Amino acid sequence: MTVHSQGATTSAPQDAPHQSAGRPKAQSPAAGPRPTPPRGGRKQLPSGWLPYLLVLPAVASMALLLLYPLIKNVILSFQDINKIEFIQRKYPFGGFANYTQLIGDSNFWTVVVRSFLFTFANVALIMVIGSLIGILLNRLGKWMRLVLSMALVMAWAMPIVASVQVFYWLFDEQFGVMNWVMRTLGFSGYEQHNWFETGLSTLTIVTLLVVWGSIPFVALNMYAGLTTVGAELYEAARMDGANGWQTFWKVVFPNLKPFFLVTTFLEVIWVFKAFTQVYAMNKGGPDRASEILPVFAYVEGQSQAHYGLAAAISVLTILILLVVMSFYFRLILKQEEEQ
Amino acid sequence: MSTTTAPNEPAQQLRTRRPLRPATVAKNLGALLLALVFVFPVYWMFSSALKPNSEILTKDPVFVFTPTLDNFTKATGVENFWTYVTNSLVVTVGAVLLALLVALAASFAIARMKFKGRKGLVLGVMMAQMAPWEVMVIAMYMIMRDAEMLNSLGVLTAIYFVMVLPFTIWTLRGFIAAVPVTLEEAAQIDGCTRGQAFRKVIFPLLAPGLMSTSLFGFITAWNEFAMVLILNKDKTAQTLPLWLTQFKTAFGNDWGATMAASSIFAIPVLVIFIFLQRKAVGGMTAGAVKG
Repeated sequence: MTVHSQGATTSAPQDAPHQSAGRPKAQSPAAGPRPTPPRGGRKQLPSGWLPYLLVLPAVASMALLLLYPLIKNVILSFQDINKIEFIQRKYPFGGFANYTQLIGDSNFWTVVVRSFLFTFANVALIMVIGSLIGILLNRLGKWMRLVLSMALVMAWAMPIVASVQVFYWLFDEQFGVMNWVMRTLGFSGYEQHNWFETGLSTLTIVTLLVVWGSIPFVALNMYAGLTTVGAELYEAARMDGANGWQTFWKVVFPNLKPFFLVTTFLEVIWVFKAFTQVYAMNKGGPDRASEILPVFAYVEGQSQAHYGLAAAISVLTILILLVVMSFYFRLILKQEEEQ
Repeated sequence: MSTTTAPNEPAQQLRTRRPLRPATVAKNLGALLLALVFVFPVYWMFSSALKPNSEILTKDPVFVFTPTLDNFTKATGVENFWTYVTNSLVVTVGAVLLALLVALAASFAIARMKFKGRKGLVLGVMMAQMAPWEVMVIAMYMIMRDAEMLNSLGVLTAIYFVMVLPFTIWTLRGFIAAVPVTLEEAAQIDGCTRGQAFRKVIFPLLAPGLMSTSLFGFITAWNEFAMVLILNKDKTAQTLPLWLTQFKTAFGNDWGATMAASSIFAIPVLVIFIFLQRKAVGGMTAGAVKG
């Protein structure tokens, strides 16, 4: 996923030399044994239909199954579709009714605030702990590093649906191991503590799950990034009398800044739409109190049969994501210019 | 690491013979503790799956037990189990192979050819990579319902294919761009056609790229939950992620079976991931933090 920056940073300098590579096919057989490749001549050759043919399947499939559903989503959000309309398959135009209903609904705003707080808490924890573990990995001996990376890879590799089940089991009211841990540590009131009693407590468990599952990505890539910061740079910093903290901020951080920014934005986007973790954990419950925006949309649509309203929630969610993404893209494009 | 260069070797060895410093001890203890924290849920999944029910439902957890496969028998004994397995495999493998094929063509054009709309396409792929699929489920459901295409494995394969396609294009594009054009030109001077140059020069160099992208594609499709949840209500068209959740019912949760099912579901992913993780991290960061 960090590959984003790769394209952005490599494309600018690399594309220039081989812009002319797209010659028509007819040219190739004749060009085979030629003594000197006519560089100047090749540049004038048109690239023809071949590139379009090559990208056509990709473009067509994305248009059909990504662009069209997005457009359909916007259309649905302006339609008044509830149970009856859904069964009759007649979708009357409702104007901005769905949107005005949402804006006037305090529940909606609660969900929005909850989604933002949830995202902020998760990303902050992921980035801070992930980076620290990355630095720790860089300082460990060979064996300990292997042990810790293997543990991280295990957590990274766990499928989300499976880890949701495991976390639910760890925090089970009657037989969960976490109640036992709390009792063993000497806390009282954990005989049969219900960890999923409130929306907040449910989201706390989800946060633990998300952070646990996302840290490995940040930590291992951070470690990989640290190894690319040349040893001579550390050496130079030490010669100049820098301490660990200074070395990090003056040497490591500037080198890894693209990594930090890109990863942070990716995690924001990723956590903001964390449907599976929240829904599979407790279906947005209890009493819909742990719903974040994607789950809110799903429940409104599927359980309440308010399809138009659900589409409006989706559109607003996508708009929020677009704002975040626009910052991200500006970042990428800026990096490309700087290269 | 940086200190493994030859001149440093003797110094390194000397240091290990010295008495342990408290900072080193703290560092290693911390690492060990972290390793335990990260691995514990995975360990607990497997150990619960192997426990007899009487040792699962205890107030104080049992750490030593005689393993049994009862839970696995129960989890795989449910109706349609093999349908879920084949569905998951068909949908996942189909989506990944399709994505590789389509992405290879597209990324070659993007990386090596000049054509109108190239920049726009690159931007489109970048954005598509972050498509909020989880937020689009309602629209997708309405489309497929109106097209009478609910409960279709073909639709699910197609959606997963488009889900993994942008990432696949993006990664392969980076890998193709990293192969020097001069290599390709040299092959062409030696008498290769453009297609041969691609097959014999670029393609072998793409192996790590193909590996890591199919790895991520596989995991994305294998784990997908939201789409199959909303689109395929018919049990015979469901995949393994939904099978996992069916042992928790209003009448009580069968934790042994749930953990056994989770283990079965997670094992292929864990194996593949451990097998390829070096490539995954390396392949991703080779670009990300190339600096």
